[in-house]
Amino acid sequence: MMKLEKYLEILPRSLWVTTCNSGSCNGCDIEIVATISPRYDIERLGMKLVGTPRHADVLIVTGPVTKFMKEKLLRIYNQMPDPKAVVVVGNCGASGDVFYKSYNLEGPVDRIIPVDVYVHGCPPRPEAIIEGVAKAVLKLERLRGDLQKAGEGQ
Amino acid sequence: MDKKYKVPIGPVHVGLKEPITAWLDLEGEKIVGATVRPGAIHRGIEFMARDRNPIQVIYLSERICGICSFSHVIAFLRAVEDAASIPVPPRAQYIRSLVLELERLHSHMLWAGVACYTIGFDSAFHLGMALREKVMDVLEVLSGNRVNYGVATVGGVRWDVTPELAKTVKQMVKYYKQEFAPFYDVVTADPIAKARLRDVGVLTYEEALRYSAVGPTARASGVRCDLRESSPYEAYGDFGVRAVVPQDYYGKAYGDVFDRFLVRVHEVYQSLDIIEKVIAGLPEGDIMWEKNLNKVLAFLKKAEGTGWASIEAPRGDDTHVVHLKGGDENVTWWKVRAPTYANAVSWPLMFRNNELADAPLIINSIDPCISCMERMLATDSTTGARKVVTRAELLEKCREKTRRLMQNGGR
Repeated sequence: MMKLEKYLEILPRSLWVTTCNSGSCNGCDIEIVATISPRYDIERLGMKLVGTPRHADVLIVTGPVTKFMKEKLLRIYNQMPDPKAVVVVGNCGASGDVFYKSYNLEGPVDRIIPVDVYVHGCPPRPEAIIEGVAKAVLKLERLRGDLQKAGEGQ
Repeated sequence: MDKKYKVPIGPVHVGLKEPITAWLDLEGEKIVGATVRPGAIHRGIEFMARDRNPIQVIYLSERICGICSFSHVIAFLRAVEDAASIPVPPRAQYIRSLVLELERLHSHMLWAGVACYTIGFDSAFHLGMALREKVMDVLEVLSGNRVNYGVATVGGVRWDVTPELAKTVKQMVKYYKQEFAPFYDVVTADPIAKARLRDVGVLTYEEALRYSAVGPTARASGVRCDLRESSPYEAYGDFGVRAVVPQDYYGKAYGDVFDRFLVRVHEVYQSLDIIEKVIAGLPEGDIMWEKNLNKVLAFLKKAEGTGWASIEAPRGDDTHVVHLKGGDENVTWWKVRAPTYANAVSWPLMFRNNELADAPLIINSIDPCISCMERMLATDSTTGARKVVTRAELLEKCREKTRRLMQNGGR
């Protein structure tokens, strides 16, 4: 298990993050808002919430995916430029949690889009969310390397 | 401009934290009509509750909405206690009132911050969010969690207020009485913030009454309605709560976004006063009607009846109705009417004659909690047409199903 500081040492550039609420109770979303507030302040690590998926490196998904939001989530995922990573914040996005028996859910999230990091908790603490996004850095670096190799081959 | 445009906002939008769709009819920059389509994150919570016993439903009701989670829990528990005639000890009532007010504090501060963020006043947003962390710390000391507290249970509360916690709460009240004023001054004294908020999204007194607005949205229009004043629940009867309306402070209620901001800010001060009174008057005694969970469940299994409760959540009245059947462990049915459901009806009125740029601000101004209000909406998959099913159509569909069942011999 690598320490959080190690992840941040290899952080090559600012990570831009976008969020998608796919049917959560808001609990995770207000913790994400708390993460950008002065107490936790992810901007000191160069991370930033952006308004559109087209500018983002990391997609944070909260909530079990409802039938209506499934198509929207896919569209948001497809709009993001490569390399990209997906972080699921909250138990309900990872497994359904308390909503496991609902008739209107298509989730959990990994049935719809590939997920790289799960952050557990209902809702997780802001520290855990920061750690989750930092873990996504590793995946992004690997993807970037793969893309570079593919480019050199041509 | 003769040409009309139809602009969709949402379901996923920068200015909105939750998925909801609004179609705005525009003439140039001016909004002339609006259609709001909820239902994006309907999870069928009332349906899921039918497979669970009341203790399990507490944790489900907490997750209707992450911001007003404790209000939903208390409304649900009061309905269950009403149905099963369970008394709540006075100390537990005081602790419930305390947590309800702490929740109102963090909810209003979050709203005030997000309202500033929506108009692009980011420094005030960060100031508000920094202030909010103090009450989150107190909630964490009390319950161990920052958002879904799990404090209340049937017939009482699970965590007691210790003398150390009472001291922490007193420090928090002192902190806010000093530190909240600068935030308030920064926003209300700022001419640009005032220009962006004043006369935007107006809902008049008559419209607020006619469209049954509730909570701070109605109070900002001058309607003196507050369930803590008109029908006190838990310990609120002891505190003499008065509804906060802008005409008491500024002589006139405009019913615009600025008034909604002022009402919420003054309610923060009101909540601080209530919290002080709760801590000063905390009675001694038990915090639970029955400590043994199995006994509570056995009692609830035998209980029969319908109970209802209506409480003043941070966004307005939150009503829960619960039916328990004797011999059945689970909740037979459960109905939630969250405040946003009542307030969202007045959105199209607030949109009239405003600019497109104000639309996210107006949507945010009622402090919408979309996850609270999600309802069913039928989609006709063969034609792709979307429509909300009316009562008459539902009735017809219901009869159709009966006929079908009759033809198939009850299957």
